Amino acid sequence: MNKLLLGVLAAVAPLWAETIVIQNANVMTVTQGTFKGSIVIRDGKIVEAGEKVTVPEGATRIDAANQYVIPGIIDCHSHIAIDGGVNEGSVSVSSMVNIRDVLDPEDIAIYRALAGGVTTANILHGSANPIGGCTLPIKLRWGKDAQGLIFEGATPGIKFALGENPKSAGNPQGGRGATTTVQARYPATRMGVEDVIREAFNEAKAYKAEWDEYDAKVARGETSLIPPRKDLRLEPLKEVLEGKRYVHAHCYRADEILMLLRVADDYGFKIRTLQHVLEGYKVADEIAAHGAGASTFSDWWSYKVEAFDAIPYNTAMMVKKGIVVSVNSDDAELMRHLNTEAAKAMKYGGLTENQALSLVTINPAKQLGIDNRVGSIEPGKDADLVIYDKDPMSDYAKVQKVLIDGSVYFDRDTDISQRAAKAAEKQQLIEKEKQSQPRQGGRGAGRGGQGGQAQ
Amino acid sequence: MKLAVILLACAAAAGAASGESILIHNADVYPVVGAPMKGVSVLIQDGKIADIGAKIVAGKGVRVVEAKGLRVYPGMLDSGTELGLSEISAVRVTVDTGELGEFMPQLKAIVAVNPDSEHFGVVRVNGITSVMTFPSSGGGGGGGGGRFGGGERQMISGEAALIHTDGWTWEDMEINRSAAMHLIFPAIAGRGGRGGGNPDFGPQLISTTAGGTYTQARRTYEEQIAKLTDFFDDARKYQKARAANLPGFVRDLKFEAMLPVLDRKVPVAVSASRPSAIHDAIAFAEKQNIRIVVLQPHELGSAAAELKARNIPVILGRVLALPETEDSPYDEAFTLPLEAYKAGVKFAFGTFDNEFVRNLPYQAATAVAFGLPYDEALKAITINPAEIWGAGDKIGSVEKGKLADLMVTDGDPLEIQTQVKHLYIRGKEVPLTNKQTRLYEKYSSRQ
Repeated sequence: MNKLLLGVLAAVAPLWAETIVIQNANVMTVTQGTFKGSIVIRDGKIVEAGEKVTVPEGATRIDAANQYVIPGIIDCHSHIAIDGGVNEGSVSVSSMVNIRDVLDPEDIAIYRALAGGVTTANILHGSANPIGGCTLPIKLRWGKDAQGLIFEGATPGIKFALGENPKSAGNPQGGRGATTTVQARYPATRMGVEDVIREAFNEAKAYKAEWDEYDAKVARGETSLIPPRKDLRLEPLKEVLEGKRYVHAHCYRADEILMLLRVADDYGFKIRTLQHVLEGYKVADEIAAHGAGASTFSDWWSYKVEAFDAIPYNTAMMVKKGIVVSVNSDDAELMRHLNTEAAKAMKYGGLTENQALSLVTINPAKQLGIDNRVGSIEPGKDADLVIYDKDPMSDYAKVQKVLIDGSVYFDRDTDISQRAAKAAEKQQLIEKEKQSQPRQGGRGAGRGGQGGQAQ
Repeated sequence: MKLAVILLACAAAAGAASGESILIHNADVYPVVGAPMKGVSVLIQDGKIADIGAKIVAGKGVRVVEAKGLRVYPGMLDSGTELGLSEISAVRVTVDTGELGEFMPQLKAIVAVNPDSEHFGVVRVNGITSVMTFPSSGGGGGGGGGRFGGGERQMISGEAALIHTDGWTWEDMEINRSAAMHLIFPAIAGRGGRGGGNPDFGPQLISTTAGGTYTQARRTYEEQIAKLTDFFDDARKYQKARAANLPGFVRDLKFEAMLPVLDRKVPVAVSASRPSAIHDAIAFAEKQNIRIVVLQPHELGSAAAELKARNIPVILGRVLALPETEDSPYDEAFTLPLEAYKAGVKFAFGTFDNEFVRNLPYQAATAVAFGLPYDEALKAITINPAEIWGAGDKIGSVEKGKLADLMVTDGDPLEIQTQVKHLYIRGKEVPLTNKQTRLYEKYSSRQ
């Protein structure tokens, strides 16, 4: 038994090495051009990248001849690694709930995304509420516990949602998560969505004023004060007003995008990213003026009315207006090929290769405020890297290796070579389960042991 | 009088335009069925490919399209769509797939195809010139997965049609209105399952987890197979009664629709995702002496050899799909086409979701990245499906005498960055514009 456990641990524990050199690669740094050369990694950080580098003695060498290295892909919109609890749909403002509390480090989607070159993901609640739960970015450190996934030091976020989903969630006419037994939940229109957000920030402003006054008194040295009551719903909104928490807002139509920007202007906070933002191209000037980022799909459309004016040129059009744009997945499958999702912006709208690559690297890093750590290949940054066998903007490219913090977390050769052993282990466990089943007298016992097949 | 003359002139012009002769001059032609030909021309006349060669001279009235450095391929064919039948998948009134009723062979997808669906324009600009459009499974409709009420479990959903992606009417668009009868083969659910794809297409799995045991699920499964067998047996009896023309014989539209299936003239397109379901479907087909095409298998496994042995073609669903179970290799779906190829199974690709029909070539490209020979990937979106759906003599390759369904590209059509420069459907040049390009232009001009 112990032996088996150890075997499992050895399989998932990443390869640690003090110093690694990736050699002879086509290095696409995103911020400092593309060249044929090497990357030196020490203690999880990139220390040097260039055509000629000093190779430290005793360094582990990865020969990447004819291969391509890019910074780890960052997905600005994902729902993987969540142990249930994507939507808390019972209330219109659910800012008291937090993704941090439901992180699931054993979700296989983490490994699969890793195998698609993703190293960082912004993990969000669903879109059932105008103001949803608190969110955070994670690194896909497969094998670590929930705490080990969290992108340390990153500014946390909060999910907002506009349009069809929040207005139909919990309403009998149908929609996401709706059932006929649920009592109608305000809001049921885009007007109501605006009001819910305004009401919440109205409260949050008053709440903040109360705390500011108290904090000022404390700062002045006043004693015997009774602090205001902590409100777990308003606390994250207070942080939004203070610029300590980023708003990531699910939206589709131009009118609702504009509405949210104006509400934010009125209450003096910023929308960090507009998510999906499929009609962003219609109000790109307004988005740019507000300074919001835009995180969109490459080419999704037509699945609902608010996605019917979606166009694949959206990405390129917003980039050309000076908006920081990323391409996200919102989907555990699509997450595995964000490189080619980004490449679609070259086809539709004519972005350059580097502009396209930026959509899934440095741009989402900027949107999440982690561009000092990740998003490009530069000395001082985390060694989060993806090695492809071909140009990653081609759909013939396959991920070969993925490093996070300088450790190899995915290796295609290793994955393939371990398959036989894993299949054998699985078969062993199945046999064991079959044998133990009848003795436990569970369901199906005494019926030819079919219970073992049932579940 | 003057007006009449002008009208007459206009009519003549319109008539001439529809039968325009075009010479695609000095292109690299990739016929799919043979070796590429560099620097040759393709002559289009009367909607067909009249000639291919290096020395064709444009005669009088032939429009010349200079194509130096460009490539000519057959237009692509997506073998799994609901194009024309479903506009906005979340809005039931815009969806005409998923009729009520368990055995509905008399339904015909083609009669509900809306030629002005915005989807046609969207897929055309990426080089898709024809599609299989399916009446789909029961009760749900267009990705609703049963959300829109109604609907007992459907087994036979009707006739799927092979259509062009351009035309004035659905009659105009038809290539083969009876390309297949769609059967959703009963199957027992396991745990998990692959995401992606349109739930409306897949078999509605009999649940083992929602309160039932495997034994119960197995019983339900056997009941459904029995029902299906009964239906086919009844159709055979009808066929005999019809032939005998006994007094009191009454025409039945359901059974009438089954006759071409029983005569092996129309294949049955069987949705079956697992090897066991495929195996059962093959056994059923043998017993009923019908032709089948297997739709959207998620695994082939032991069924691959059976398919090969009986020359049963397969329509592979989305290559960009998640593995079937938690334990499956991450690239399971990426390598399925290679598995089919190695087993010698004839296959084509389908996207099985209107939204992503335009990405058909990229699905094929992923299969290439994971080992499928390039030529096989290209065949699987051109000549293979044309043959599978009974139109191998009309479309699917660049050959003299075939319909001029052609795309002219600036590179490898499987690569995302490649642009389609010209598109011809039945010899007519189709403008590469659609709702999306119009919105692009409109908002690009916003000051």
